[in-house]
Amino acid sequence: MIRFLLNRLFLIVPTFIGITILAFAFVRVLPGDPVLLIAGERGVSPERYQMLLEQFGYNRPIWEQYWSYLSGIFQGDFGTSVSTKRPVIRDFLTLFPATLELSFFAISFAILLGIPAGVVAAVKRGSWYDQTLMGTALVGYSMPIFWLGLLLIIFFSGMLGWTPVSGRIDMLYYFPATTGFMTIDALLSGQDGAFVSAMRHLILPTVTLGTIPLAVIARQTRSAMLEVLGDDYVRTARAKGLAPHQVIGVHALRNALIPVVTTIGLQVGVMMAGAILTETIFSWPGIGKWMIDAISRRDYPVVQAGLLLIALIVMAVNLIVDVLYGLINPRIRHT
Amino acid sequence: MSTPVIVADPNAAPKISKLIQLREFWYYFSVNRGAVIGLVVFILLVLTAIFAQWLAPHSPIQQYRDALLSPPSWLPGGRPEFLLGTDAVGRDILSRLIHGSQYSLLIGAVVVTISLTVGIIVGLIAGYAGGWVDTVLMRLMDLILAFPSLLLALVLVAILGPGLLNMMIAISLVLQPHFVRLTRSAVLGEIGKDYVTSARVAGASHLRLMFKTILPNCLAPLIVQATLSFSSAILDAAALGFLGLGAQPPTPEWGTMLAEARQFILRAWWVVTFPGLAILVTVLAINLVGDGLRDALDPKLKRS
Repeated sequence: MIRFLLNRLFLIVPTFIGITILAFAFVRVLPGDPVLLIAGERGVSPERYQMLLEQFGYNRPIWEQYWSYLSGIFQGDFGTSVSTKRPVIRDFLTLFPATLELSFFAISFAILLGIPAGVVAAVKRGSWYDQTLMGTALVGYSMPIFWLGLLLIIFFSGMLGWTPVSGRIDMLYYFPATTGFMTIDALLSGQDGAFVSAMRHLILPTVTLGTIPLAVIARQTRSAMLEVLGDDYVRTARAKGLAPHQVIGVHALRNALIPVVTTIGLQVGVMMAGAILTETIFSWPGIGKWMIDAISRRDYPVVQAGLLLIALIVMAVNLIVDVLYGLINPRIRHT
Repeated sequence: MSTPVIVADPNAAPKISKLIQLREFWYYFSVNRGAVIGLVVFILLVLTAIFAQWLAPHSPIQQYRDALLSPPSWLPGGRPEFLLGTDAVGRDILSRLIHGSQYSLLIGAVVVTISLTVGIIVGLIAGYAGGWVDTVLMRLMDLILAFPSLLLALVLVAILGPGLLNMMIAISLVLQPHFVRLTRSAVLGEIGKDYVTSARVAGASHLRLMFKTILPNCLAPLIVQATLSFSSAILDAAALGFLGLGAQPPTPEWGTMLAEARQFILRAWWVVTFPGLAILVTVLAINLVGDGLRDALDPKLKRS
């Protein structure tokens, strides 16, 4: 098992280096002088230009620049935002819990609905249930989620007035961000109704961000179940006279879940992209909206660091899923 | 008694077998009702795009100043000449949607052409050459796939500058690794087979071996992937348009229309609803066709 772990860790080293090179190259391939980009649109005096050039090391050889960029990353230095003048990593860490909280709710929503839906569709293959569920899944899979979010606002916030339009909590509540997770902070604050308010703000963004993962998980669960249901050990379990729910729930589902876990892991990348759209629609103060704002403000250090950090998160999650996969399925550990 | 003499026509055999193949393909494709519906919708969309100029009742950029945010014609206050209502500057939404189909189909076609061509060439080279060329190319593809595709496209557009063409280049770049991987693995599966060896022994050149001998036998998964990429290209393009980085106003691109409509959502639902519906229907139709193609072309599923 330890060899398997080390092997996986070793495999991501080239990916990690590649990601950092790409993020490093990003600022250099931008049209225009990087110093002028940092200095802003008003221009600089020649002395200040020289100073900035030396400060950022643009006069040094390119591999030396990359090396200092890489060693900066290992020391937690991801650059400084042009617009806020704060270290990028500090803004990232403040905003990331918001994205994490939303993603957690969205993926839970997708798993809790998607797996049962897929199982039911597979067990009742070809039935009315199956066709409706899989038809709905294909619609969800094809959904432009930025439009879905707007429709949900029109219907549930505009027409019915059930849910808030934007933000993470009502303005009346104020408490320190102890953990950064609004639902937990609301509970900790002990203020009446704060937790309910936070949850109500989460409903529409959760559905918006969770729809595509939900569709993918439902489809994947169905096809994995169908494969397993035809296997010999399921027939044996049936022949033994086990109750259908035991055959399906214990013997079939447990094995069918193996490919589903991989699918769920792959959804993290999809969710990071979806978070950009969802957070923009619902004014959710997470890293997706932060990236979009940085692009429109031409705050390139933020865009660069955001790209790098999101790719590293996706890479880390894929590694974790890989290891989990090895844990639940010993067969692949030794290949 | 005379027995009919069968004349062996060397050209007849492949022609007939192609026809049989096509018929067999259509048989498996048409069993899937969803796929046929998707195909019909897609053909209608293509026709809409071709005849947009004659189908659209108004110009897509003409602003009717007396009819700002006019509701759809069947609602109170709606005007009969604006079937789906007008947007905030008085442009007819139906006409804009009809013209928008041209952009979406164009984006899909261009993106798939670029990423398919580049992907096939790179994949053929990687699979055929092997060794360090293969390793370097595949590492590069893994690297592109390590980023969420929309995020990478977004950053690329931020570098290249917003606009229709840059957006298509960016989306092509992030979709093309899928084609590389598929082509490479298909090439690796075929390259050891006897017919390839015999062609090589017969003296076929590298290019001929790559494109004429091996490639035609790897087409099935590429066709399916091309269909699915067509729909994701449209979806990603609409998302970038929505974020203000794709086609720029007043282009009647569906995502861009949604971006312009965002601030009116609580006052005029129709400016938001119809462009998104157009995106959904288009993407859904293409995905249905893709599912049908996969079932019809994948021999593994066919038997079950």
